[in-house]
Amino acid sequence: MTGIVLEARGLELSFGPTPALRGADLAVEAGEILAIMGPSGSGKSTLLHCLAGILTPDAGEIEFAGRRLDTMKEAQRSELRRDRFGFVFQFGQLVPELTAEENVALPLLLGGRKRAAALAEARSWFGRLGLDGLEARRSGELSGGQAQRVALARAMVTRPDVIFADEPTGALDSLTGEQVMDLLVSTAREHGTTVVVVTHEPRVAACADREVTVRDGRVTTAFMERMAS
Amino acid sequence: MTVPLALLGLLERAPSHGYDLKRDYDNLFGRDKPLPPGQVYSTLGRLARDGKVVMDEVGPGTGPDRKRYVITDTGAVELHSWLAEPADPEPHLQTVLFTKVVLALLLERDAAGYLDAQRASHLRRMRELTEVRRGGALVDRLLADHGLFHLEADLRWIDQTAARLGQLAEEVLR
Ligand SMILES: Nc1ncnc2c1ncn2[C@@H]1O[C@H](COP(=O)(O)OP(=O)(O)OP(=O)(O)O)[C@@H](O)[C@H]1O
Ligand SMILES: [Mg+2]
Repeated sequence: MTGIVLEARGLELSFGPTPALRGADLAVEAGEILAIMGPSGSGKSTLLHCLAGILTPDAGEIEFAGRRLDTMKEAQRSELRRDRFGFVFQFGQLVPELTAEENVALPLLLGGRKRAAALAEARSWFGRLGLDGLEARRSGELSGGQAQRVALARAMVTRPDVIFADEPTGALDSLTGEQVMDLLVSTAREHGTTVVVVTHEPRVAACADREVTVRDGRVTTAFMERMAS
Repeated sequence: MTVPLALLGLLERAPSHGYDLKRDYDNLFGRDKPLPPGQVYSTLGRLARDGKVVMDEVGPGTGPDRKRYVITDTGAVELHSWLAEPADPEPHLQTVLFTKVVLALLLERDAAGYLDAQRASHLRRMRELTEVRRGGALVDRLLADHGLFHLEADLRWIDQTAARLGQLAEEVLR
Protein backbone atom coordinates (compact mmCIF):
# COMPACT_ATOMS: atom_id res chain seq x y z
CA MET A 1 0.00 0.00 0.00
CA THR A 2 1.19 3.48 -0.79
CA GLY A 3 -0.67 5.60 1.71
CA ILE A 4 -4.05 7.20 2.03
CA VAL A 5 -5.58 8.45 -1.22
CA LEU A 6 -9.00 9.45 0.06
CA GLU A 7 -10.01 10.52 3.52
CA ALA A 8 -13.22 11.74 5.14
CA ARG A 9 -13.23 13.30 8.59
CA GLY A 10 -16.33 14.01 10.65
CA LEU A 11 -18.78 14.14 7.76
CA GLU A 12 -22.25 15.38 8.59
CA LEU A 13 -25.06 15.72 6.12
CA SER A 14 -28.82 16.10 6.52
CA PHE A 15 -31.56 15.99 3.93
CA GLY A 16 -33.97 18.49 5.46
CA PRO A 17 -34.67 17.21 8.95
CA THR A 18 -33.22 13.73 8.23
CA PRO A 19 -29.61 13.29 9.30
CA ALA A 20 -27.93 10.87 6.85
CA LEU A 21 -24.35 11.26 8.07
CA ARG A 22 -23.48 12.05 11.68
CA GLY A 23 -19.74 12.25 11.95
CA ALA A 24 -18.52 9.67 9.43
CA ASP A 25 -14.75 9.05 9.27
CA LEU A 26 -13.08 6.91 6.65
CA ALA A 27 -9.61 6.57 5.17
CA VAL A 28 -9.00 4.64 1.95
CA GLU A 29 -5.55 3.37 0.97
CA ALA A 30 -4.32 3.78 -2.59
CA GLY A 31 -4.89 0.56 -4.54
CA GLU A 32 -7.18 -0.82 -1.89
CA ILE A 33 -10.53 -2.45 -2.61
CA LEU A 34 -12.82 -1.36 0.18
CA ALA A 35 -16.36 -2.60 0.78
CA ILE A 36 -18.90 -0.45 2.61
CA MET A 37 -21.69 -2.46 4.19
CA GLY A 38 -24.49 -1.64 6.60
CA PRO A 39 -28.27 -1.64 6.98
CA SER A 40 -30.57 0.06 4.51
CA GLY A 41 -30.85 3.78 5.16
CA SER A 42 -27.69 3.88 7.28
CA GLY A 43 -26.00 6.40 4.96
CA LYS A 44 -23.81 4.25 2.67
CA SER A 45 -24.80 5.89 -0.62
CA THR A 46 -24.67 9.35 0.95
CA LEU A 47 -21.14 8.65 2.20
CA LEU A 48 -20.09 7.35 -1.22
CA HIS A 49 -21.52 10.45 -2.93
CA CYS A 50 -19.63 12.70 -0.53
CA LEU A 51 -16.37 10.81 -1.07
CA ALA A 52 -16.85 11.12 -4.82
CA GLY A 53 -17.54 14.86 -4.66
CA ILE A 54 -21.13 14.48 -5.85
CA LEU A 55 -22.60 15.73 -2.57
CA THR A 56 -21.08 18.41 -0.33
CA PRO A 57 -21.28 17.66 3.40
CA ASP A 58 -22.77 20.17 5.86
CA ALA A 59 -19.72 19.69 8.07
CA GLY A 60 -16.46 17.75 7.97
CA GLU A 61 -13.63 17.47 5.46
CA ILE A 62 -12.88 15.28 2.45
CA GLU A 63 -9.40 15.04 1.06
CA PHE A 64 -8.48 13.36 -2.21
CA ALA A 65 -4.78 13.10 -3.12
CA GLY A 66 -4.00 15.98 -0.79
CA ARG A 67 -6.76 18.27 -2.13
CA ARG A 68 -9.86 19.32 -0.22
CA LEU A 69 -12.93 18.15 -2.13
CA ASP A 70 -15.49 19.74 0.16
CA THR A 71 -14.22 23.29 -0.36
CA MET A 72 -13.36 22.94 -4.05
CA LYS A 73 -15.31 24.95 -6.67
CA GLU A 74 -17.98 22.89 -8.45
CA ALA A 75 -16.34 23.33 -11.87
CA GLN A 76 -13.06 21.94 -10.60
CA ARG A 77 -14.81 19.17 -8.78
CA SER A 78 -16.72 18.01 -11.82
CA GLU A 79 -13.48 17.98 -13.81
CA LEU A 80 -11.92 15.85 -11.10
CA ARG A 81 -14.89 13.47 -11.17
CA ARG A 82 -14.60 13.14 -14.92
CA ASP A 83 -10.82 12.64 -15.07
CA ARG A 84 -9.85 10.88 -11.86
CA PHE A 85 -12.96 8.99 -10.76
CA GLY A 86 -15.04 6.24 -12.33
CA PHE A 87 -18.58 5.33 -11.37
CA VAL A 88 -20.64 2.15 -11.47
CA PHE A 89 -24.17 2.20 -10.11
CA GLN A 90 -26.90 -0.36 -9.73
CA PHE A 91 -28.68 0.41 -13.00
CA GLY A 92 -29.94 3.05 -15.38
CA GLN A 93 -26.56 4.55 -16.04
CA LEU A 94 -26.06 4.04 -19.79
CA VAL A 95 -27.37 6.69 -22.18
CA PRO A 96 -30.07 4.83 -24.13
CA GLU A 97 -29.63 6.87 -27.32
CA LEU A 98 -25.95 5.95 -27.61
CA THR A 99 -24.37 2.66 -28.66
CA ALA A 100 -22.38 0.63 -26.16
CA GLU A 101 -19.06 1.89 -27.53
CA GLU A 102 -20.26 5.50 -27.54
CA ASN A 103 -21.31 5.07 -23.93
CA VAL A 104 -17.85 3.81 -23.03
CA ALA A 105 -16.18 6.61 -25.01
CA LEU A 106 -18.36 9.29 -23.37
CA PRO A 107 -16.03 10.31 -20.53
CA LEU A 108 -13.15 10.62 -23.03
CA LEU A 109 -15.27 12.73 -25.40
CA LEU A 110 -16.35 14.96 -22.52
CA GLY A 111 -12.69 15.30 -21.61
CA GLY A 112 -11.94 16.66 -25.08
CA ARG A 113 -10.54 13.57 -26.80
CA LYS A 114 -11.10 13.33 -30.58
CA ARG A 115 -14.00 11.08 -31.53
CA ALA A 116 -11.97 8.48 -33.49
CA ALA A 117 -9.36 8.14 -30.75
CA ALA A 118 -11.98 7.98 -28.02
CA LEU A 119 -13.91 5.24 -29.84
CA ALA A 120 -10.74 3.24 -30.50
CA GLU A 121 -9.82 3.40 -26.83
CA ALA A 122 -13.38 2.47 -25.87
CA ARG A 123 -13.36 -0.54 -28.20
CA SER A 124 -10.15 -1.86 -26.66
CA TRP A 125 -12.13 -2.58 -23.48
CA PHE A 126 -14.76 -4.77 -25.12
CA GLY A 127 -12.59 -7.85 -25.54
CA ARG A 128 -11.17 -7.64 -22.04
CA LEU A 129 -14.63 -7.58 -20.53
CA GLY A 130 -16.09 -10.33 -22.71
CA LEU A 131 -18.20 -7.87 -24.70
CA ASP A 132 -16.87 -8.60 -28.19
CA GLY A 133 -19.46 -7.99 -30.90
CA LEU A 134 -21.69 -5.80 -28.72
CA GLU A 135 -20.03 -2.48 -29.62
CA ALA A 136 -22.93 -1.19 -31.72
CA ARG A 137 -25.78 -2.29 -29.46
CA ARG A 138 -27.88 0.22 -27.59
CA SER A 139 -28.46 -0.27 -23.89
CA GLY A 140 -31.98 -1.59 -24.47
CA GLU A 141 -30.44 -4.43 -26.48
CA LEU A 142 -28.06 -5.59 -23.74
CA SER A 143 -28.70 -8.01 -20.90
CA GLY A 144 -28.33 -6.66 -17.38
CA GLY A 145 -24.93 -8.28 -16.95
CA GLN A 146 -23.71 -6.97 -20.32
CA ALA A 147 -24.94 -3.45 -19.54
CA GLN A 148 -23.14 -3.59 -16.22
CA ARG A 149 -19.90 -4.64 -17.93
CA VAL A 150 -20.30 -1.75 -20.39
CA ALA A 151 -20.74 0.55 -17.39
CA LEU A 152 -17.57 -0.96 -15.93
CA ALA A 153 -15.69 -0.28 -19.18
CA ARG A 154 -16.93 3.29 -19.08
CA ALA A 155 -15.74 3.64 -15.51
CA MET A 156 -12.30 2.26 -16.40
CA VAL A 157 -11.73 3.96 -19.75
CA THR A 158 -10.20 7.13 -18.31
CA ARG A 159 -7.85 5.04 -16.12
CA PRO A 160 -9.26 6.66 -13.00
CA ASP A 161 -7.53 6.70 -9.62
CA VAL A 162 -10.69 5.63 -7.83
CA ILE A 163 -13.78 3.71 -8.88
CA PHE A 164 -16.92 4.31 -6.85
CA ALA A 165 -19.50 1.56 -7.12
CA ASP A 166 -22.91 1.55 -5.44
CA GLU A 167 -24.52 -1.90 -5.42
CA PRO A 168 -22.90 -2.76 -8.79
CA THR A 169 -24.34 -6.27 -8.70
CA GLY A 170 -27.61 -5.39 -7.00
CA ALA A 171 -29.75 -5.97 -10.07
CA LEU A 172 -27.99 -9.14 -11.28
CA ASP A 173 -28.40 -12.82 -10.47
CA SER A 174 -25.61 -14.28 -8.38
CA LEU A 175 -23.62 -15.86 -11.23
CA THR A 176 -23.71 -12.72 -13.40
CA GLY A 177 -23.02 -10.53 -10.38
CA GLU A 178 -20.01 -12.63 -9.62
CA GLN A 179 -18.63 -12.21 -13.17
CA VAL A 180 -19.06 -8.45 -12.99
CA MET A 181 -17.38 -8.34 -9.59
CA ASP A 182 -14.51 -10.60 -10.72
CA LEU A 183 -13.92 -8.27 -13.67
CA LEU A 184 -14.09 -5.17 -11.51
CA VAL A 185 -11.59 -6.62 -9.03
CA SER A 186 -9.20 -8.04 -11.63
CA THR A 187 -9.08 -4.91 -13.80
CA ALA A 188 -8.71 -2.71 -10.71
CA ARG A 189 -5.82 -4.84 -9.44
CA GLU A 190 -4.19 -4.85 -12.86
CA HIS A 191 -4.25 -1.03 -13.03
CA GLY A 192 -3.72 -0.36 -9.33
CA THR A 193 -7.11 1.37 -9.20
CA THR A 194 -8.63 2.07 -5.79
CA VAL A 195 -12.19 0.78 -5.47
CA VAL A 196 -14.85 1.85 -2.99
CA VAL A 197 -17.85 -0.44 -3.33
CA VAL A 198 -21.12 -0.18 -1.43
CA THR A 199 -22.84 -3.53 -1.15
CA HIS A 200 -25.21 -5.46 1.04
CA GLU A 201 -23.99 -8.77 -0.40
CA PRO A 202 -21.38 -10.52 1.73
CA ARG A 203 -20.06 -12.37 -1.34
CA VAL A 204 -19.31 -9.05 -3.01
CA ALA A 205 -17.73 -7.70 0.17
CA ALA A 206 -15.58 -10.84 0.33
CA CYS A 207 -13.91 -9.77 -2.94
CA ALA A 208 -12.61 -6.65 -1.18
CA ASP A 209 -9.44 -6.31 0.87
CA ARG A 210 -11.33 -4.85 3.80
CA GLU A 211 -14.84 -3.90 4.82
CA VAL A 212 -16.32 -1.19 7.00
CA THR A 213 -19.88 -0.96 8.26
CA VAL A 214 -22.01 2.18 8.28
CA ARG A 215 -24.52 2.42 11.12
CA ASP A 216 -26.70 5.45 11.77
CA GLY A 217 -24.52 7.71 9.66
CA ARG A 218 -21.23 6.67 11.23
CA VAL A 219 -18.51 4.28 10.10
CA THR A 220 -17.72 1.45 12.47
CA THR A 221 -14.63 -0.61 11.85
CA ALA A 222 -14.56 -4.33 12.32
CA PHE A 223 -14.21 -5.65 15.84
CA MET A 224 -10.86 -7.33 15.15
CA GLU A 225 -9.38 -4.06 13.89
CA ARG A 226 -10.62 -2.29 17.01
CA MET A 227 -8.90 -4.97 19.08
CA ALA A 228 -5.67 -4.53 17.15
CA SER A 229 -5.53 -0.74 17.44
CA MET B 1 -20.09 -40.10 7.50
CA THR B 2 -19.55 -39.94 3.79
CA VAL B 3 -16.05 -41.47 3.57
CA PRO B 4 -17.17 -45.14 3.41
CA LEU B 5 -19.89 -44.26 0.90
CA ALA B 6 -17.55 -42.16 -1.19
CA LEU B 7 -15.13 -45.10 -1.31
CA LEU B 8 -17.95 -47.47 -2.26
CA GLY B 9 -18.88 -45.05 -5.04
CA LEU B 10 -15.34 -44.98 -6.39
CA LEU B 11 -15.28 -48.79 -6.28
CA GLU B 12 -18.61 -49.01 -8.09
CA ARG B 13 -16.89 -47.27 -11.01
CA ALA B 14 -14.08 -49.88 -11.11
CA PRO B 15 -12.24 -52.21 -8.72
CA SER B 16 -9.23 -50.42 -7.31
CA HIS B 17 -6.16 -50.51 -5.07
CA GLY B 18 -6.13 -48.68 -1.76
CA TYR B 19 -3.63 -46.08 -2.89
CA ASP B 20 -5.57 -45.31 -6.08
CA LEU B 21 -8.72 -44.89 -4.03
CA LYS B 22 -6.98 -42.43 -1.76
CA ARG B 23 -5.69 -40.44 -4.73
CA ASP B 24 -9.10 -40.26 -6.37
CA TYR B 25 -10.81 -39.40 -3.11
CA ASP B 26 -8.34 -36.58 -2.42
CA ASN B 27 -8.74 -35.20 -5.94
CA LEU B 28 -12.51 -35.07 -5.81
CA PHE B 29 -13.54 -34.75 -2.19
CA GLY B 30 -10.53 -34.12 0.00
CA ARG B 31 -9.34 -30.84 -1.49
CA ASP B 32 -8.52 -29.21 1.82
CA LYS B 33 -8.59 -32.39 3.90
CA PRO B 34 -6.83 -35.37 2.31
CA LEU B 35 -7.71 -38.80 3.63
CA PRO B 36 -5.01 -40.25 5.92
CA PRO B 37 -3.79 -43.56 4.42
CA GLY B 38 -4.55 -45.36 7.69
CA GLN B 39 -8.18 -44.29 7.42
CA VAL B 40 -8.42 -45.63 3.87
CA TYR B 41 -7.37 -49.09 4.95
CA SER B 42 -9.38 -49.12 8.20
CA THR B 43 -12.50 -48.03 6.31
CA LEU B 44 -11.93 -50.66 3.62
CA GLY B 45 -11.41 -53.21 6.42
CA ARG B 46 -14.80 -52.37 7.94
CA LEU B 47 -16.51 -52.43 4.54
CA ALA B 48 -15.00 -55.89 3.96
CA ARG B 49 -16.11 -57.11 7.38
CA ASP B 50 -19.67 -55.97 6.62
CA GLY B 51 -19.63 -57.72 3.25
CA LYS B 52 -19.80 -54.53 1.17
CA VAL B 53 -16.46 -55.09 -0.53
CA VAL B 54 -14.29 -58.13 -1.16
CA MET B 55 -10.64 -58.42 -1.93
CA ASP B 56 -9.54 -59.71 -5.23
CA GLU B 57 -5.88 -60.76 -5.21
CA VAL B 58 -4.00 -59.60 -8.25
CA GLY B 59 -0.36 -59.96 -9.00
CA PRO B 60 2.38 -61.65 -7.00
CA GLY B 61 4.18 -60.41 -3.89
CA THR B 62 2.96 -59.36 -0.47
CA GLY B 63 1.60 -56.21 1.14
CA PRO B 64 -1.76 -54.45 0.93
CA ASP B 65 -1.30 -52.99 -2.56
CA ARG B 66 -1.35 -56.35 -4.18
CA LYS B 67 -5.04 -56.49 -3.24
CA ARG B 68 -7.72 -54.87 -5.32
CA TYR B 69 -11.02 -54.03 -3.70
CA VAL B 70 -14.27 -54.93 -5.44
CA ILE B 71 -17.75 -53.75 -4.43
CA THR B 72 -20.30 -56.49 -3.63
CA ASP B 73 -24.04 -56.49 -4.41
CA THR B 74 -24.72 -55.55 -0.77
CA GLY B 75 -22.34 -52.63 -1.11
CA ALA B 76 -23.91 -51.50 -4.37
CA VAL B 77 -27.44 -51.62 -2.94
CA GLU B 78 -26.39 -49.49 0.03
CA LEU B 79 -24.58 -47.03 -2.22
CA HIS B 80 -27.52 -46.59 -4.58
CA SER B 81 -30.07 -46.09 -1.87
CA TRP B 82 -27.78 -43.50 -0.21
CA LEU B 83 -27.29 -41.67 -3.51
CA ALA B 84 -31.02 -41.30 -4.05
CA GLU B 85 -31.89 -40.34 -0.49
CA PRO B 86 -32.06 -36.62 0.38
CA ALA B 87 -29.56 -35.58 3.04
CA ASP B 88 -30.88 -34.13 6.32
CA PRO B 89 -31.59 -30.47 5.71
CA GLU B 90 -29.17 -28.57 7.89
CA PRO B 91 -28.72 -26.54 9.96
CA HIS B 92 -30.54 -27.55 13.10
CA LEU B 93 -32.30 -25.00 15.19
CA GLN B 94 -29.83 -25.16 18.08
CA THR B 95 -26.90 -23.24 16.74
CA VAL B 96 -23.83 -22.15 18.62
CA LEU B 97 -24.36 -18.61 17.37
CA PHE B 98 -27.88 -18.45 18.74
CA THR B 99 -26.87 -19.93 22.08
CA LYS B 100 -24.11 -17.36 22.50
CA VAL B 101 -26.41 -14.47 21.70
CA VAL B 102 -29.12 -15.59 24.12
CA LEU B 103 -26.65 -16.31 26.92
CA ALA B 104 -24.94 -12.95 26.39
CA LEU B 105 -28.33 -11.24 26.70
CA LEU B 106 -29.29 -13.31 29.76
CA LEU B 107 -26.05 -12.40 31.47
CA GLU B 108 -26.28 -8.81 30.21
CA ARG B 109 -23.01 -9.11 28.35
CA ASP B 110 -22.17 -7.45 25.02
CA ALA B 111 -24.22 -9.46 22.53
CA ALA B 112 -23.84 -6.80 19.84
CA GLY B 113 -20.07 -6.88 20.24
CA TYR B 114 -20.12 -10.66 19.91
CA LEU B 115 -22.20 -10.45 16.71
CA ASP B 116 -19.78 -7.86 15.32
CA ALA B 117 -16.83 -10.14 16.04
CA GLN B 118 -18.63 -13.12 14.49
CA ARG B 119 -19.48 -11.05 11.45
CA ALA B 120 -15.86 -9.98 10.96
CA SER B 121 -14.68 -13.54 11.40
CA HIS B 122 -17.21 -14.87 8.87
CA LEU B 123 -16.21 -12.22 6.36
CA ARG B 124 -12.55 -13.06 6.82
CA ARG B 125 -13.28 -16.72 6.06
CA MET B 126 -15.33 -15.64 3.04
CA ARG B 127 -12.35 -13.66 1.76
CA GLU B 128 -10.16 -16.76 2.09
CA LEU B 129 -12.67 -18.89 0.22
CA THR B 130 -13.02 -16.20 -2.45
CA GLU B 131 -9.26 -16.44 -2.88
CA VAL B 132 -9.54 -20.25 -3.27
CA ARG B 133 -12.19 -19.75 -5.94
CA ARG B 134 -10.04 -17.35 -7.92
CA GLY B 135 -8.25 -19.38 -10.57
CA GLY B 136 -9.13 -22.68 -8.92
CA ALA B 137 -10.32 -25.82 -10.73
CA LEU B 138 -14.09 -26.17 -10.98
CA VAL B 139 -14.04 -28.72 -8.15
CA ASP B 140 -12.37 -26.17 -5.87
CA ARG B 141 -14.64 -23.36 -6.98
CA LEU B 142 -17.80 -25.31 -6.28
CA LEU B 143 -16.53 -26.52 -2.92
CA ALA B 144 -15.61 -22.95 -1.99
CA ASP B 145 -19.05 -21.81 -3.20
CA HIS B 146 -20.71 -24.27 -0.85
CA GLY B 147 -18.84 -22.72 2.06
CA LEU B 148 -19.47 -19.17 0.80
CA PHE B 149 -23.23 -19.61 0.49
CA HIS B 150 -23.46 -21.10 3.98
CA LEU B 151 -21.40 -18.31 5.50
CA GLU B 152 -23.52 -15.79 3.65
CA ALA B 153 -26.66 -17.31 5.12
CA ASP B 154 -25.15 -17.04 8.60
CA LEU B 155 -24.31 -13.41 7.93
CA ARG B 156 -27.88 -12.66 6.95
CA TRP B 157 -28.97 -14.18 10.22
CA ILE B 158 -26.34 -12.19 12.13
CA ASP B 159 -27.57 -8.92 10.57
CA GLN B 160 -31.19 -9.80 11.23
CA THR B 161 -30.44 -10.68 14.85
CA ALA B 162 -28.25 -7.60 15.40
CA ALA B 163 -31.15 -5.46 14.23
CA ARG B 164 -33.50 -7.09 16.76
CA LEU B 165 -31.29 -7.46 19.81
CA GLY B 166 -33.35 -5.05 21.88
CA GLN B 167 -36.54 -6.97 21.27
CA LEU B 168 -34.83 -10.31 21.84
CA ALA B 169 -33.35 -9.05 25.12
CA GLU B 170 -36.83 -8.12 26.33
CA GLU B 171 -38.13 -11.62 25.61
CA VAL B 172 -35.17 -13.40 27.09
CA LEU B 173 -35.06 -11.33 30.28
CA ARG B 174 -38.81 -11.41 30.87
N1 LIG C 1 -32.06 12.81 -1.81
C1 LIG C 1 -32.53 12.55 -0.58
N2 LIG C 1 -33.53 13.30 -0.04
C2 LIG C 1 -33.99 13.06 1.20
N3 LIG C 1 -33.51 12.08 2.01
C3 LIG C 1 -32.54 11.31 1.53
C4 LIG C 1 -31.99 11.49 0.22
N4 LIG C 1 -31.03 10.57 0.02
C5 LIG C 1 -30.97 9.84 1.16
N5 LIG C 1 -31.87 10.28 2.06
C6 LIG C 1 -32.04 9.75 3.43
O1 LIG C 1 -30.79 9.68 4.06
C7 LIG C 1 -30.63 8.49 4.79
C8 LIG C 1 -29.44 7.69 4.25
O2 LIG C 1 -29.72 7.30 2.91
P1 LIG C 1 -28.71 6.49 2.00
O3 LIG C 1 -29.28 6.48 0.64
O4 LIG C 1 -27.34 7.04 2.18
O5 LIG C 1 -28.79 5.06 2.68
P2 LIG C 1 -28.13 3.66 2.21
O6 LIG C 1 -27.33 3.19 3.36
O7 LIG C 1 -27.45 3.84 0.91
O8 LIG C 1 -29.42 2.75 2.07
P3 LIG C 1 -29.74 1.57 1.01
O9 LIG C 1 -28.97 0.36 1.47
O10 LIG C 1 -31.20 1.37 1.18
O11 LIG C 1 -29.34 2.05 -0.35
C9 LIG C 1 -31.95 7.74 4.67
O12 LIG C 1 -32.72 8.07 5.79
C10 LIG C 1 -32.56 8.33 3.42
O13 LIG C 1 -33.96 8.31 3.49
MG1 LIG D 1 -27.83 3.13 -1.05
